[in-house]
Amino acid sequence: MIRMLVPLLVFVGLLVLLIVGLQSAEQRKEIASPLIGKPLPALELPGLHSPEIVRTSEELKGQPWVLNVWGSWCWACRAEHPFIERLGREAGVPLIGFNWKDERGDALTWLDRFGDAWTWHMVDFEGRSAIDLGVYGAPETFLIDHEGIIRHKHIGPIDATSFADLMRRIVELRTEART
Amino acid sequence: MTAEFGQISLILALVLALILATVPLIGAHRGNVRLMRLAPSLAVGHFVFAAFAYAALSWAFLQHDFSVTYVALHSNLLLPWPYRLSAVWGGHEGSLLLWILMLAGWMLAVVIFSRTLPRAFVTRVLAVMGMVSIGFLLFTLLTSNPFDRLLPGPPDGQDLNPLLQDPGMIFHPPLLYMGYVGFAVAFGFAIAGLLGGKVEREWVRWSRPWTLVAWSFLTAGITLGSWWAYYELGWGGWWFWDPVENASFIPWLIGTALIHSQAVTEKRGAFPAWTILLAIAAFSMSLLGTFLVRSGVLTSVHAFANDPERGLFILAFMGVVTGGALLLYALRAPRIMAGEGFGWMSRESMLLLNNVFFTVSAAMVLLGTLYPLIVDFMGWGQVSVGPPYFGAMFVLLMTPVVLLVPLGPFTRWKTDDGRRVLRALVSSAVVAIIAGMLVAWWLDAWSLRAVSGWIGGLWLIMGSFSYWRRHRRRGVIGLPRHQIGMILAHGGIGIFVIGVAMVESTTLERDLRIAPGETVEVSGLRFALEEVVPVKGPNWIAEEARFTVYRGDRIVDRLTPQKRRYHRSGQIMTQVALRPGLTRDLYIAMGEPLGDDGAWSMRIHVKPFVRWIWGGAFLLAFAGLISASDRRYWQTRRAERSASIPTESPAESVPT
Repeated sequence: MIRMLVPLLVFVGLLVLLIVGLQSAEQRKEIASPLIGKPLPALELPGLHSPEIVRTSEELKGQPWVLNVWGSWCWACRAEHPFIERLGREAGVPLIGFNWKDERGDALTWLDRFGDAWTWHMVDFEGRSAIDLGVYGAPETFLIDHEGIIRHKHIGPIDATSFADLMRRIVELRTEART
Repeated sequence: MTAEFGQISLILALVLALILATVPLIGAHRGNVRLMRLAPSLAVGHFVFAAFAYAALSWAFLQHDFSVTYVALHSNLLLPWPYRLSAVWGGHEGSLLLWILMLAGWMLAVVIFSRTLPRAFVTRVLAVMGMVSIGFLLFTLLTSNPFDRLLPGPPDGQDLNPLLQDPGMIFHPPLLYMGYVGFAVAFGFAIAGLLGGKVEREWVRWSRPWTLVAWSFLTAGITLGSWWAYYELGWGGWWFWDPVENASFIPWLIGTALIHSQAVTEKRGAFPAWTILLAIAAFSMSLLGTFLVRSGVLTSVHAFANDPERGLFILAFMGVVTGGALLLYALRAPRIMAGEGFGWMSRESMLLLNNVFFTVSAAMVLLGTLYPLIVDFMGWGQVSVGPPYFGAMFVLLMTPVVLLVPLGPFTRWKTDDGRRVLRALVSSAVVAIIAGMLVAWWLDAWSLRAVSGWIGGLWLIMGSFSYWRRHRRRGVIGLPRHQIGMILAHGGIGIFVIGVAMVESTTLERDLRIAPGETVEVSGLRFALEEVVPVKGPNWIAEEARFTVYRGDRIVDRLTPQKRRYHRSGQIMTQVALRPGLTRDLYIAMGEPLGDDGAWSMRIHVKPFVRWIWGGAFLLAFAGLISASDRRYWQTRRAERSASIPTESPAESVPT
């Protein structure tokens, strides 16, 4: 009898995990990250198109910018791509791609195929720097102000609503940077 | 008004499902034939109303009825009609409706094909499936009603995601759902068996063809999805370990284990409780898959609009269905017949090994998929598990499977001599090793992966083939269909293994800049770009590159990749030019225009043996259907029935 209860107990465990996961999925979207309001961890990573060029977050100091975590393996990144293209055109600030847990060939194919709307990319194939950033999954989009402080984080694919929200925040950051 | 008719039909289907899940069940419990006789008619009525609701939504799509919110969100005036019909399941609400229709269809099939089973048993199966249907109907009506109105209706709707405007995507979800929902039949059989308190070999035999058919649909659905991703997502991969894919793969793995454990339980009566557990697990994992795809619990899952309320509903539903099933299992399983013993070298232990590897693989994929949640739950920070984890684990777990599969059929039930089995297969092994190395060398694919892939694949094919050679009796085929199915399936895995090994080891990819009039050479083929011209489609415009491919001076092929812009959304899509071939695929994708001389960046791939991946997988699906069609499953039923319930004539149980 006890032995026969094991599957039920395992299932209850799974259920609890999923319920908690579901609750925190909401929180993850709302609170996003404990890093908000904190300075962006210094990033120093190879570029995507030319790996010999080292890209750093330092070179963006003095202006607000957008950091977008993506990977060619990530279907959701494919889904948000039209909005990434619009961000590239309309935001008026650097849009930096953070190519995560990818392979160079795959990433370049992906860009060929769907278009490269980013200003430039840095790559984190092993995902080491992504841990400092608190990346949960791709896609994620960070807004960083002119002083290098993380001001906002959007988890998951950008849709029409979150795009409008991001644009509004970017305009605010740009005004802030000018004053 | 159509939408309202649809809505009413759904509610009526719910009412019928509610009656089906209770009244006949009481009849089965009390042995009341009159109450039990209601079940088939109720199931038929349930199907009719589900079909009517589905037809109503399809009609709304065909008529461009944008006052229905769901239609306005997933269709527009420019959309060709086949895509309007498939747009019915292009979103969350409509795909649920499709799910319900299919469940109702499976119930109808049970009514039609199970006339010869004991009445109480079929009644219980239908009642259990009715309960499942109640859950889905409530889910649809309460949280995701496809018939909600948007008043006043907009003049035109939004574009259907262009990714979904593709023949592959028309058939992928229905096949997948047929598989998912089909496991509800095996689930229904298992629960009916537990409810009846009598778990015997017979009902395991009855449920075998159902499991096989469901599994075949699931196999075909997953294969089609992989094929679609390959040519439509266009970076040439065929499997990405995305949570959406994993959600369909976990039930497949469990289903594979279930097929094999059912064989043991039916033939030898061994591990019956385990078989029941697998039947429960296969359907539960299908529900879990639905949950993962629709709840937004995992970030990269985006196929449907995420809504935590829906997530909670599915979770509660899963809690009731699976929790209830497992509770029943805990109460009744101890009374299940004890299995017969078997030696360590026997067909039983071979099939047990199969079960171990497949369930462990399923657990591994589940763990990998949920790992981000677990880590978050434990407060270890937030991470994501990538393809490397799955790839490594899978090679580790599936290598023994590849080695052991040919041994299984040769091993005798109860007990056998290992040396005898090996002796029967030694020639296959030698041939596979030598031929595998020769072929790999001849194809210039001299890497560990390619060579071991060829050897493993040929070992599976030769090993299965030699079973046929040894065991066939008179006649051309000389084996019953369920064994033919097995041979084809095992050979299919061989083809699949070869395809995977070749694609992963010898794919050639070239990125280059090419202008009209220029020529490039990739792996012995010359690709000449003749011109780049603008073309127009029904709801898009495109630039089209025209390539001619030569081997030497002979024209091998002409390829025309496109870069499309869809009018409504402005989305850019690359239409890959793909020339499938038995031993290699040619693949050209257009990148970006470069400079003023009309040059473009292009990506040219030569992918050897990639078709074998889907060829092998489709063979698996086909083999499952062949097995299910074996007369054995149907004939024995008739014999049993006339022996056990001689007073009822078959005509009585026929629904009108």
